[in-house]
Parts: sequence; structure tokens; C-alpha cells
Amino acid sequence: MNIFQLSYRNMISRPLSTTLSLVLLILGVGMIALLLQMNRHVQEQMTNNIRGIDMVVGAKGSPLQLILSAVFHIDVPTGNISLHDAEQLRQNGLVDFGIPLSYGDSYEGYRILGTSHQYTELYSAEVASGRLWEEHFEVTLGAVAAVSLNLKVGDTFAGAHGLVAGGEIHEDQSYHVVGILNHTNSVVDQLILTATESVWEVHHHEEEEEAAAEETEGESGELHSEAHQEEHHDANDEEREITAMLINFRSPIGMVQIPRMVNEDTNMQAAVPVYEISRLFSLMGVGIDTLNTIALVIMAVSGFSVFISLFSALKDRRYEMALMRTYGANRWQLVWLVLQEGLLLTLLGFLFGIVFSRLGLWLVSGLMESSYHYEFSGWTLLAEEAWLLISALAIGFLASILPAIYIFRINISKTLANA
Amino acid sequence: MLVTQSLYFAYSSDTEFHFPDISLQEGDNLLVLGQSGVGKTTLLHLIAGLLQPKSGNIELRGTVIHELSSGKLDRFRGRNIGLVFQRPHFVQALSLRENLSLVQYLAGKPHDKMRINEVLKSLGIEGKGENKPYSLSQGEQQRAAIALAVINSPQLILADEPTSSLDDTNCTKVTTLLKEQAAETGAQLVIITHDQRLKDQFENTLSL
Repeated sequence: MNIFQLSYRNMISRPLSTTLSLVLLILGVGMIALLLQMNRHVQEQMTNNIRGIDMVVGAKGSPLQLILSAVFHIDVPTGNISLHDAEQLRQNGLVDFGIPLSYGDSYEGYRILGTSHQYTELYSAEVASGRLWEEHFEVTLGAVAAVSLNLKVGDTFAGAHGLVAGGEIHEDQSYHVVGILNHTNSVVDQLILTATESVWEVHHHEEEEEAAAEETEGESGELHSEAHQEEHHDANDEEREITAMLINFRSPIGMVQIPRMVNEDTNMQAAVPVYEISRLFSLMGVGIDTLNTIALVIMAVSGFSVFISLFSALKDRRYEMALMRTYGANRWQLVWLVLQEGLLLTLLGFLFGIVFSRLGLWLVSGLMESSYHYEFSGWTLLAEEAWLLISALAIGFLASILPAIYIFRINISKTLANA
Repeated sequence: MLVTQSLYFAYSSDTEFHFPDISLQEGDNLLVLGQSGVGKTTLLHLIAGLLQPKSGNIELRGTVIHELSSGKLDRFRGRNIGLVFQRPHFVQALSLRENLSLVQYLAGKPHDKMRINEVLKSLGIEGKGENKPYSLSQGEQQRAAIALAVINSPQLILADEPTSSLDDTNCTKVTTLLKEQAAETGAQLVIITHDQRLKDQFENTLSL
């Protein structure tokens, strides 16, 4: 039996107040750690996904929506832009490269993106098996999409119209899997990549069918069908449309000139990912700050609870302390006894809190993956969590310092005589 | 041996005590008798080093107790003095055996299971080691308290009213046990009490 064991035994001899203190600590620490982790994961994912993209051009609308749809692939696109206009912009001397993006279909919730091979280079995705798409209707899958959809090289599938699962299925036009990319920890993992032409072709074909169907419907469909057919006949490069284009500039001057030029002189919209993301974070920041404050208050309350628990126990154990002094314990041993109990409690609270936060992260990650195809990975301890540990221990120390001083100054003779 | 000389202590100018000198040889026992308020407990606390005398001298086996620093005094007390109180007290969270082990630890002695068994056996409570002390009967608790006092084989056993709440049979038992334990470890026994029943059981008595 030594002082540490006695601290522990004293702690568990009061199960109710110890549990209360622990629960409060776990809540406080767990919430803060969860927020820290989620913040880090979201920021990491976001910065990882916007690297190399200086600007996005797309149809007019909300710039944030444009970024969310074209860069992160989580919102619906703002609309289409003319391929001709986009190509003209790409020819601008300040532009290094531009990658076209075309949406139209999805397969079981995973988006089929028509683009160029440059898109994979942007995220330094390598082909893990098979090859990149070449012909129309050939697709290369991102690593996560391949696993979730259970597709391998050689498989075929039919895309569904629209970007969410459950759209009309293009049964006559099936895609052919020719390759699977390696894991890049970016949005590419969640995508099905194909040639821009494939997307055009599917919808081209579809329009034809629609037109035919509408013709039989009679007068109401007449106007539409005419319009469709017209589009159809003159289909050439100038009328081709894409959803958005990712732009990288040669020099920072482009960053200053081009977005303004696009927004003022064309009917396209230019959005800068870095600006939009920082705007998004500042919007989310309010919520995160509020949650953080609540968590800090809970931690403070838990410190108070540890204090009450130690102090009330001490009132009952005053005689016990005096007794230990008569059996040879010195002041510092008893001070250490009380401090240790407070620190042990907060340390336990911290450890359980971290476990709790990881459990929460795991749950959130599962939720994110099923609804946004985003996954969190890397279960590392953050530097901020080391600070969290230090604050938790500081709370334990502060909560036990008053009881410890009380013990240090205890008058043995008086305590024994009054017992 | 225990020697006190012209001990004087005062809580305030109204309550002050001058104590008669005590000189005990090895193997001697002493009964200090006195009514409430004559400073019995004060004397015991002075001898145990729990109180500092205003003047006078206390010496145990050549060590002048009140001259030791606080930490050294705690260690000296733990190793050389065993205290028994009127009402037994223990560390609540621990079993009796763990209490004894703790007292060994606090005195800076190694954990000695044999000694714990030996003491429990000689006090007739060998079956109660795993119990929480407060769950024992009163008589058993008093014996357990004696176990705590003698576990480190002290040179001086100080008992403060150890029998006042006991009936006649238990009263005799406890004093006999205390004397036995003292004899076993060669300790001097000082009992301080107002309990006149003990008078006949001791050769040396001192009235305050």
C-alpha cells in the first residue's frame, strides 16, 4: 500500500461523485477533441482538394455553390457554360492550364465526371490497375468508389441521370471500367472519371429519345421537340457545353485580372476557391466557437465538481489524515495524496474523453461517407490535444490545490482531540 | 527510556498546564490518571510530538523529540511511537490488512506480511483482515486500533482513554492486550485515562 494506491482507493470509495466528475470531464474533453479533429480533417481535406486550382469558371450563380460542386463535388452545379467561351479563356496568356468538367450522370450516388487526363495529374492520382479512359464510355474509377461500388476492371454498368442515386437509368448506354486509380485522399477517390465526350453522347442520345417521346404526346410537347431537334441538327463544337472549368494561372497577375474580367465581360462566373473556402470557414467558425465555449464551460464545471468531491470527502476524512500523520506520514505525502487523486481523476477523464471523441469521429465519418462520400482518416493525436491534456491536468491541479492546502495546515492535535 | 522535564504548555493565558516530570525505564508501564480538563490529552500529544511544549524537555531513547523538524518528527513518530485513541479510527477506503500495510509504508518500513499476520493473530482478529475496519464490532475495532499502534514494533505505546467506552470485561481484555503487546516488542506503555478501573492493573501511576 502506498500513497498512489491510496489515492486510487479513495477515489473509487466514492463511486457516485467520482462518476459525476468523470462524466463531466469526458463530455468537456470529448467535445473539444471531437471539434479539433473534425476541424483538422475538414481543413485538410479542403486544402488538399483545392491545391493547383486558382480559379473555377462556371455558370452564373452562387460562387460558393460553384466551388462546392466543381471542386468538392458535393453540391449541384450552377448550370452549364459554353465550351467555346471556356476554351477562349484557356487560350489567355495568363492561364497555365484549364481542365474541363462535365456532369450529367451518376452511378449509385457516385458522380460520373467527364474531364481530361489532366484532372488525374492535378491530384497526382496514379493508375493502380488497368489504364486511363481513352474511348467513349470507358471509365476509370477512384479508389474509394471502386471499393464501395464493388467494381473492377472489365465490369460494365449503366449510369443514372442526375447526380443523386435513383435517377432515370440509361440502360442502353453502359460504361466500361478500364482502370482504377490509387488512393489519393482527395475527391478523385470518390469519382468515376470518363471522357467529356461520353457525357455529351449520353445526353445527346437522351435528348433524341425525349424528343421522340414528346412528339407523340401531341401539341403540348410540340414546341419543345422543335427546340430540341434544332439543337440537335446544329450540334457542333461551338454549341457544346461543359459544367465548369478548373483554371491554373501562370502568374499571380492572372489571379488579379482574370476573375474580374470573367465576371464583368462574359456570361460565365469566376470563383476563387481559397476565398470561398475561407468565407465558408468563417461562417462555420461561429458555430464551432459556440460549441467550443460550451465544452469549455463543461470542463470548468467538471473542475468544480472534482473540487467539491475532494473537499467534501476531506471534511469526512479529516480525522483519517490526522491519523496518518500520527503514523508517520508527513505533510507533503498527504498533500500529494490529495493532488494525486485530483490529477488521477482528470487524467482518466481526459483519456476517456479522447476515446469518446474518436468514437464520435468514427460515427461522423461514417455519416459523412454515406451522404457526402467524404471519409476521415488518420487517427493521430493533435498538438492541440496535448494542450487539452495540459488544461485538463491544470483543472485537476487547481481543483485539488485548496483541499491540499487545507491538509497541509491541518492541526493534528486539535483534530484528534475533537474527534 | 522516556524522560520528561518541567513540561509546560499553554493554549492561552487561561488554560495552561505544568506537568510533573516522568522518567520511565525500559519495560516500565505508566498509568496517568486524571479528571477531564487537567490536560491528559495535552500531555499525550506533547509526548507524541503532536504539540510543541512552550518549555521543558521530552526525550525518548536519547532523541529530544521537540527539537526535530516537522518531517523528521513525523518519521520518528511513525517508527517509534504507536498511538491508541479513545475511539478507534481507520482509513475508510482500505481493509484492515491494507490499513496495516499503509502504516508500515508511512513509517518507511518494507511491506511485511508475516508481521501483519502475527499481530492480527496475537490480537485474536486474524479472520478480520480483509474486512473494512468500520464493519467490525466495537471490541474488534478497538483491537484493530491496537494492531495499527503496534504493527511497527514501536518503543513507546501511548494510549488515550482506550477503555472509557468499554464494559468491564472488555476493559480488562484491552489493557491486558496492550500490556502483552508492549512486553512482546519491549516497548514502554503509557495509558492516559480517567477510568479508575485501570488503577489496580498498573504499578506505576501518576495523578494529574
